Amino acid sequence: MPEDKKKILVLFAHPAQERSEVNKPLFTACQQHSDVTAIDLYREYPTFHINIDKEQQRLREHDVIIFMFPLYWYSTPAILKQWQDLVLEYGFAYGPNGNALIGKTFLCAITAGGSEAAYQSEGYNHFTVRELLQPLEQTASLTGMNYLSPFVLFSARNAVEENRVNAHITNLRHLLTALAEDTLDIETARSLPVLNSNLSDLFIA
Amino acid sequence: MTAYFIQAFIYLCAAVIAVPLAKRFGLGSVLGYLIAGVVIGPIIGLVGSETNTLQHFAEFGVVMMLFLVGLELEPRMLWDMRNKLIALGGLQIGLTTAIITAAGFYFGLSWSIALTVGLIFALSSTAIVLQTFNEKALSKTEGGKNAFSVLLFQDIAVIPMLALIPLLALPELVEQAQAAVGQAAQQHEELSLVAGLPGWAYGIVVMLAIAAVVVGGHYLSRPLFRYVANSGLREIFTATALMLVIGIAALMSLVGLSPALGTFLAGVVLANSEFRHELESNIEPFKGLLLGLFFITVGAGIDFGVLASNIGPVLGITAGVMLVKALVLFVLALIFRIKNSDRWLFALSLAQAGEFGFVLLSYTVQNHVIPTDLAQMLSLVVALSMFLTPGLFIFFDKVIVPRYEHSENDREADEITEKGTVIIAGIGRFGQMVNRFLRANKIDTVVLDHQISQVENLKKINVKSFYGDATQPDLLHTAGIEDATMLVIAIDNNERAVELTKYVKHTYPKVKIFARAFDRGHHFELKHAGADFIISETYHSALELGKEALISLGVHPFKAEQKKATLRELELCYKDSLFESWKKKTEDSKYSAHFRELFIELETAIAKAMKSEHFDEQAKVERGWTPPPKDYEEKINRSE
Ligand SMILES: Cc1cc2nc3c(=O)[nH]c(=O)nc-3n(C[C@H](O)[C@H](O)[C@H](O)COP(=O)(O)O)c2cc1C
Repeated sequence: MPEDKKKILVLFAHPAQERSEVNKPLFTACQQHSDVTAIDLYREYPTFHINIDKEQQRLREHDVIIFMFPLYWYSTPAILKQWQDLVLEYGFAYGPNGNALIGKTFLCAITAGGSEAAYQSEGYNHFTVRELLQPLEQTASLTGMNYLSPFVLFSARNAVEENRVNAHITNLRHLLTALAEDTLDIETARSLPVLNSNLSDLFIA
Repeated sequence: MTAYFIQAFIYLCAAVIAVPLAKRFGLGSVLGYLIAGVVIGPIIGLVGSETNTLQHFAEFGVVMMLFLVGLELEPRMLWDMRNKLIALGGLQIGLTTAIITAAGFYFGLSWSIALTVGLIFALSSTAIVLQTFNEKALSKTEGGKNAFSVLLFQDIAVIPMLALIPLLALPELVEQAQAAVGQAAQQHEELSLVAGLPGWAYGIVVMLAIAAVVVGGHYLSRPLFRYVANSGLREIFTATALMLVIGIAALMSLVGLSPALGTFLAGVVLANSEFRHELESNIEPFKGLLLGLFFITVGAGIDFGVLASNIGPVLGITAGVMLVKALVLFVLALIFRIKNSDRWLFALSLAQAGEFGFVLLSYTVQNHVIPTDLAQMLSLVVALSMFLTPGLFIFFDKVIVPRYEHSENDREADEITEKGTVIIAGIGRFGQMVNRFLRANKIDTVVLDHQISQVENLKKINVKSFYGDATQPDLLHTAGIEDATMLVIAIDNNERAVELTKYVKHTYPKVKIFARAFDRGHHFELKHAGADFIISETYHSALELGKEALISLGVHPFKAEQKKATLRELELCYKDSLFESWKKKTEDSKYSAHFRELFIELETAIAKAMKSEHFDEQAKVERGWTPPPKDYEEKINRSE
């Protein structure tokens, strides 16, 4: 029943793609997925002049919104911040009539240079990725979206050498399909620190 | 013929000596002309009886001035003024006439003479006041605008006065003049279209004449000017402008209306025309000269004999009249809430009697309303009051203005917006883009171009644009360069663009100049001439095309954008040193043929610079968003 499928919007932000080792293939996988609209924000807005109407319309037309980006200074690359500042307007995303995003699903698919161990209170990054992304979590909450825990590739700088990229891409494909077919255990997906651990357990058969 | 040359030379000579001197001492040009007149007339006696005839001729300067005033006033502005015009002007004339009439009656004049004198003295001098406003840049102040309303109303009021005065004729004077009546009637019977017409027909003729001016000005002037402009002959355009003004003046005289009013009306009709600035700059010099001549004749016409024998009464009446006029004006200013120094400007500027006074006085004598000896004395009063007016302006400048300086500083700032804040010279493809962009952002622009077709195309899409040569100082002046904040130079003549930059930077250093350059050589010349911002016309489009080419060849758009920025930065780095070496080269060598070689040299230098280590560094080991090295975590962990 393809008409019942959820539509997924992937907003991808990477300013130096010619040097990207993991995000580039991840994004390509998204582009190849039939239920996904994959947007390269830096390609579409090289001068940061974001088309607000167009972006809002895109949001309206999709059920799942995914921010896909390499973690830069514990946050998103600049253009994603620009995108939020411009697109999530009062009266559209929040406020009295701002209900365009209510009920949608939101998650971040990120890559981080640091290891999983580093993103612990005892690690040198002191906070978990989920904690660090709390501004986005709260943004999702204010705009009425269901926030899922982030889908993360840790130690991204060594992922190619350690042959972890392909497995991660496969996981991403499964995740996208599950989101599209609505076969993801949303409740659990909301509560985990990251989505990756035992991802297959989250798929409802 | 020889006599004419000598006379003309004397007049010009007096003006050339006296006017700059008067200006140097801060007295204003009007006083300079008046003094020149007094010197060559009553004092040295170089000129004599011809001044009267000359004066009639020179009064045409007033006609031209009103034409120019009209050009500055769009019909809508005039309509907005209507209440003030009628109320302020009507009250001024009414009150002044009443008081002076009463005073005259009190001093033993018969009521009809007293009333005539009252009417004559109620008028002020359009010539002196507007000329001085212009010179001192007071036209746009509250005081200046209100004074103008009153002057305009006075000019209109002259017409009914001319109708009223003959009715006041004194029977005994008429009897006295009975013998000469035939002659007088002959004199009076000038060329006229309306003599002997019944009232209703006269009315119709007058309406037709006015309609002819308005409709003709609106519909016929444009094709005419376009036809003339297309010929490209400047002097023919000047001739056309003169023809227009003189033609209207003639028409008005023929139907018995004031020529000044007629040309004023024509001016208002043409205020929206794209030829406005060109008309202004063509008529302006004539107006200036004729007005100057007029003032000289006023000075020269002062009869020292009559003055000496009547010195007491003349001084007394002059002082009395000016006091009454100033008081009435001051009270009106209070009623109409004209504030601060503007109130003083309004009261002081209009306190004199005017040039129409001369006209009316000779008219009253002709019509046997006032005896000749009285008229002669009153004539002196008019002249003297005009003579004293520049003094009142000096008093205003030196005493009144300083008192209000502080309280007014804030307010004056927002009045400047009236003239375009940005003047765009040259409205080809480049200038058009700039203009569109600025206007879209609510910036006022005045657009000038010497190609009538361009100007017309823009007119069609409602862009305020004018025909004329932007490199002409007088056109720039009428376009309001003094008040402009910026001049955008986008004309299609390299040398002229540089000249224009030099001229404006020298004469109006406060005006910012943004210029379009054709190539690097032109760029440097403009920079040398003092332009504040220069852009080479092909620079950005070429870079943009290069960037798009990169994208199409597979480079990520964001990356291509960064590359473009890097190249610009590099050029910027070298720009200053290139300019310096260009300057040295041009100052050393006398021949412009060297430019070419020099630029080839410069291009090589840039190309070399791009291949240099510095550039390579940026191109290969790119700095933006460089990820940490593969094993960076180990290092962080170690230092923890
Ligand atoms: C500007 C910049 C900031 C970064 N900040 C962080 C960071 O805060 N935390 C982290 O774990 N990695 C950080 N990294 C490493 C990137 O996350 C890592 O290089 C990226 O995820 C690798 O993906 P890619 O190969 O697709 O570029 C940063 C990298 C850059 C270039």
